[in-house]
Amino acid sequence: MGIKSIKQRLLRERKAIQAVNDGYVIQVNDLTKKFGDFTAVDHISFEVRKGEIFGFLGANGAGKTTAIRMLCGLHRPTSGSGMVAGFNICNQQEDIKRNIGYMSQKFSLYNDLRVWENIRLFAGIYGVNENLIAPKTDALLSRLGFMSERNTMVRELPLGWKQKLAFSVAILHDPRIVFLDEPTGGVDPLTRRQFWELIYEAVSRGITVFVTTHYMDEAEYCNRVSMMVDGRIEMLDTPRNLRSHFGVESMEEVFTRIARKATRNDD
Amino acid sequence: MQAKVLKYLLEKEFKQMLRNPIMLPLIIALPLIQLVILPYAATYEIRNIRIAVVDNDHSQASRALEEKIASSNYFRIVLQASTHQEALQCIRAGSAGMAIEIPADFESDLIMNRPVSVYISADAVDGTKAGIGASYLGQIIRNFAEDVVKEKAVKGLIDVVHQPVPAKVEAVPLFRFNPALDYKTYMVPGILAMLLTLVGGILAALNISSERELGTLEQIKVSPVSKFDYLAGKLIPFWIMGLIITLIGLGIAYLLYGLIPKGNVFTLLAFAIIYNMGFTGFGLFISSVAKSQQQAMFIAFFFLLIFFLMGGLFTPVSSMPHWAQYITYLNPTAYLIDAMRLIILKGSRFSDLYPQFWATVSFAVAFNAMALLAFRKTAD
Amino acid sequence: MKQFLAFVEKEFYHIFRDKATMLIILLMPIVQVLIFGFAITTDIRDTEVAVCDLSQSMESRELIEKIQAGEYFNVSERLLSPQEADNVFRKGKVKSLIVIPEDFSNRIALNENTAIQIITDGSNPNEANIITGYLQTITAQFAAEQHPAMQPPISFSAETRMLYNPLLKSAFTFVPGVIGLVLMLICTLMTSVSIVREREHGTMEALLVAPSKPLYLIFAKTVPYFVISLFNLAVIILLSIFAFDVPIRGSFMLFIGTSITYIFTSLCLGIFISTVSKTQQIAMIISLMGLMLPTVLLSGLMFPIESMPVVLQGISYLLPARWFIDMGRIIMIKGLGFHYIWIQWAVLTGMAGIFLALSVRGFKVRLD
Repeated sequence: MGIKSIKQRLLRERKAIQAVNDGYVIQVNDLTKKFGDFTAVDHISFEVRKGEIFGFLGANGAGKTTAIRMLCGLHRPTSGSGMVAGFNICNQQEDIKRNIGYMSQKFSLYNDLRVWENIRLFAGIYGVNENLIAPKTDALLSRLGFMSERNTMVRELPLGWKQKLAFSVAILHDPRIVFLDEPTGGVDPLTRRQFWELIYEAVSRGITVFVTTHYMDEAEYCNRVSMMVDGRIEMLDTPRNLRSHFGVESMEEVFTRIARKATRNDD
Repeated sequence: MQAKVLKYLLEKEFKQMLRNPIMLPLIIALPLIQLVILPYAATYEIRNIRIAVVDNDHSQASRALEEKIASSNYFRIVLQASTHQEALQCIRAGSAGMAIEIPADFESDLIMNRPVSVYISADAVDGTKAGIGASYLGQIIRNFAEDVVKEKAVKGLIDVVHQPVPAKVEAVPLFRFNPALDYKTYMVPGILAMLLTLVGGILAALNISSERELGTLEQIKVSPVSKFDYLAGKLIPFWIMGLIITLIGLGIAYLLYGLIPKGNVFTLLAFAIIYNMGFTGFGLFISSVAKSQQQAMFIAFFFLLIFFLMGGLFTPVSSMPHWAQYITYLNPTAYLIDAMRLIILKGSRFSDLYPQFWATVSFAVAFNAMALLAFRKTAD
Repeated sequence: MKQFLAFVEKEFYHIFRDKATMLIILLMPIVQVLIFGFAITTDIRDTEVAVCDLSQSMESRELIEKIQAGEYFNVSERLLSPQEADNVFRKGKVKSLIVIPEDFSNRIALNENTAIQIITDGSNPNEANIITGYLQTITAQFAAEQHPAMQPPISFSAETRMLYNPLLKSAFTFVPGVIGLVLMLICTLMTSVSIVREREHGTMEALLVAPSKPLYLIFAKTVPYFVISLFNLAVIILLSIFAFDVPIRGSFMLFIGTSITYIFTSLCLGIFISTVSKTQQIAMIISLMGLMLPTVLLSGLMFPIESMPVVLQGISYLLPARWFIDMGRIIMIKGLGFHYIWIQWAVLTGMAGIFLALSVRGFKVRLD
C-alpha cells in the first residue's frame, strides 16, 4: 500500500470520525432499491444516533433485509444517499465493512470449525493483532461462560449459544455499529433475555446497535423504533410515543395497526 | 492483498478441507479407482466376440478353420449351429454377436483352387464392433486359406499352377512409443488430466456455493476481507490438492502399469499446476454465479462432460469432423490431455509444446479473471 | 391426494425458478446426442502422415499420391531421413511416417517382392492399428495394380452381411445409450441431491411430521423429474429420428414402457442415495463418481462390454443403465418384442423394488 493511499485513507477516516462526533452513526436520505420493476425499499430517510439501540421493525417482505444490506454495503442503492459509520454507502462500502459488525438471521459462524477457530478467523479478518487474539478469545469466552466449550465444534452447540457466540464475534473488533438481523429467531425467552444483556453491555462500550426483530417485547428494549411497511418507513419514534400515538397498551398492537396498511403480500 | 488476512483464511480452508468427510477419501480413492478401472474399461480393443458357426462342410479344413478362429483372442465360439437360421436366431436373441457359415465344398474348392466364399453375418447394432469384428474374421480366414494352399502345394497334393504371380509390396508396420500397442498406457495420461479437471471442476464449483447456502458467505462479504484474499484463500488449497493428486496419480501409474514419464517430470508438473490453477478458477467462477450447490454441480458437470468427450480422452480429436475440431480449440481439457500424452508417452520437450502451454496459460488467466469479476462483495 | 398435488406444485416451482438448471436439463440431451453423433468417433479422416521417399521414382510418387488421394490421409510433411520421425511425432500432429526404400521402383519393375515401412505413433493403439490397416490395404491395392494382367494365387471372398445396421451408423449404437445416460442423470442425480438438500436445510423434518406418509411426499418430489425425463426422452427420440435417421423398429409403446420402467428405477435409486447421504456433497459424489462415471464407461454406452475384464463385466450387471441400453437397442434397432427383453425388464423392476425397500427402511431408521 502506497503512502498516498494511506494518506487518503486517513483523510477519509478523519471525516468519518467527524461525522460520528456530530452525533449520527447512520444518516440516510431517500434511500431506494429497485429490483427490476419491484421497489423493495422506497425513499426511506432516518438517522441513528451514537450509542442508540435502534429497532428496525416491519412485517416479512416489508423491505427490512434489503435496507440493512444496503447499509452494510452488501447492496448498492438504486438512488438516494447515506452515511454509515461516517462512510458513504454508495461508494465506500469496504470502508463501512471495516467499521461495522454484522450478524444475520441465518446463523453465520462456520459449523465445521471449533469455537476458538471461529473467533480466531474473524479476529484475523478484522485485523486484530495476532498477539491480542488469544487474550481477546479468553475474555470473550469467560464473559459468555463458554470457557469449557473452547474446543467444541460450533455445529454441536445449541442454537442459543451459537447466537450469543455469533454476536460476541461480531463485536470482537469494537465496531462503531453492529447490525443484527433477527438475532434471536427461534430462541427461548430466557436465552433472549441473556442475549439482550449482551446487547446492553455492547452499548455500554459505546457500540451503536441496529436491530430487526419479530418479538415486540424486544421492541420495547429499543431507544427508538421504526416501522417499515411496503418499503417505506411508516412511523419512527420511541416505543412510548408510538404507544401513546395509537392509544394502545403494547407494541404488539402498534405493530398490528401499522402492518395492516400493507398492500404487499409477504413472500 | 494482505498477507496477514490470507493466513487466517488459509488456516480456515485447510481445517475445513481436512475435516470434510468426503475430501480425504476422495483424494485417495478417486485416483486409485480411476486409474485401476478406467484403463481396462475404456478400450476400443475388441475381444471375446461371441460367434456362432454353421459348418456345412464338416471337413478337416473347416474344423481347422474353426480352431483357428477359436484360438484367436478376438472370438469365442458359442454355438455350432446346424442351419443358418439357427445362427441368425442366436444373434437375434443376443447370445452371439456374429455368425459364420462355411459352405459345403469348402475344402475341395480350396484344394482345387476354385473361388471360395464364406458367409459372415454380424450384429451391427454396435457398428464399430461389427466392422472391426468382420474385418478380423475376414483376415483370419484369408490367412487360413493361404496357409492351406501353401501347405498342400508343398506336399504336392495339388499342382501348383505355374503362372506368374504379382510381387507383393509388403507394408511393414513399426509402432513407436508404445510398441506393444497397450491401450492402458494410452489411457493413463488422459486419466491424470481427468482427475485434475474433476478436482477443480466439481470440488471448487461446490465450495463457494456451499458457503452461500450455509449463510457464511454473507458474513464474509460484510467483512473487510478483500475479494483477492478471499478467492486466494479458496484457490490455494485446491492448487496444493491438485499437486498431491497428480503426484499420487503418477505414483499409481508407475506402480500399476510401470509407466514412467519419458519426458521431463517438471514440464509435466508445470502443465498440471497451471491447468489446475485455471480449472479451480473455472470452478470458483461457476460457484460465484450459481445460486445453489445443486445448480453449481449441474453446470460444472455439464461442461466437464463436454470437455471430456470432446477433449480426446476416449476418441482422438483428429477423428472429429472439422467443425468439432474447431470447437476443441476452446476446450482447455483437450490441450492438457494432449500435452500429458506427449510428455508421458513420447517424451516431448517443452519446446515442442508451446501451443499447448500458451493455451493452458491463457485459459488459466481467463478463468481466474472471470472468477474475480463474477465474485462481488457488493451486489448491484 | 390434494396434499400430494400441492407438494408436486411446490416442487415444480422450485425447479422452474432455477433457470440455469432448467436450461441445462433441456440442453443436455441435445448436446449429448450431437456430441455422440458427431464427435465421438474413431473413424480415420484426413489423418496427417509424413513420407520419407528414398526412391524418388515414378512408382513411389504414385504410391504417395494414392495415399493422399483417399479421404483417410493427408500427406503433410516430407522427411529426408527416417531418423526425423520422432521429432515430428513429438509435436503431436503427424501420426505415421511412410518410408519408401531406395530400390523400390527397381524391384517393382522386376516384379520382385519389396517392402515399405510404416512407422506409426503407437501412443493411441486403436488409432495406430486402424491407420496401419488402411495403409496396408492401400499398399496392397497399389501392388496389385502394378501388374494388372496377373491373377492372385487364390480367389477367396468373405461375404459379410451387417444385420440391423447395414451402413454401420454409430447413431444406432449410441442413441439408446444417451437416453440411458440422460435419464439417469436427471432422475437419480437431481432427485438424490434435491431430497438431501431439503434435509440439510431442515425443511425435511417439517415434511416428515406432516400428517401424511413420508414416502408419499418423497414421491411428490420425484414427479417433476419424471415429467422432465419424459420430455427429454421425446427430444432425444425426435432428434435421433430426424437428425440421424435412427428408427424405432419395434413397438413404440413397448419402448416407452421400458423407458418408464427405467425412469422409475432411476428415481428409486435417487431416493435410495438420498437416504444414505448426510449432505448434498456426499450425495453428489456418490451419484457422480459412483454412478455417472461407471455408467458412461461400463454400461456399454461407449465401450463394448464383452471386451472388458470379467470383474468389470460383473460390475456392469449392477448398473441399471446397462439393462436399459440393452433393451433400447433390442427394441429400437433390432425391432424385437417383449419376448426378447423380459429378463432385462425383470432385472430393472427387481432393482427398483430393492432400492425402494432399502429406502423405506432407511427412512424408518431415521424417524425412530
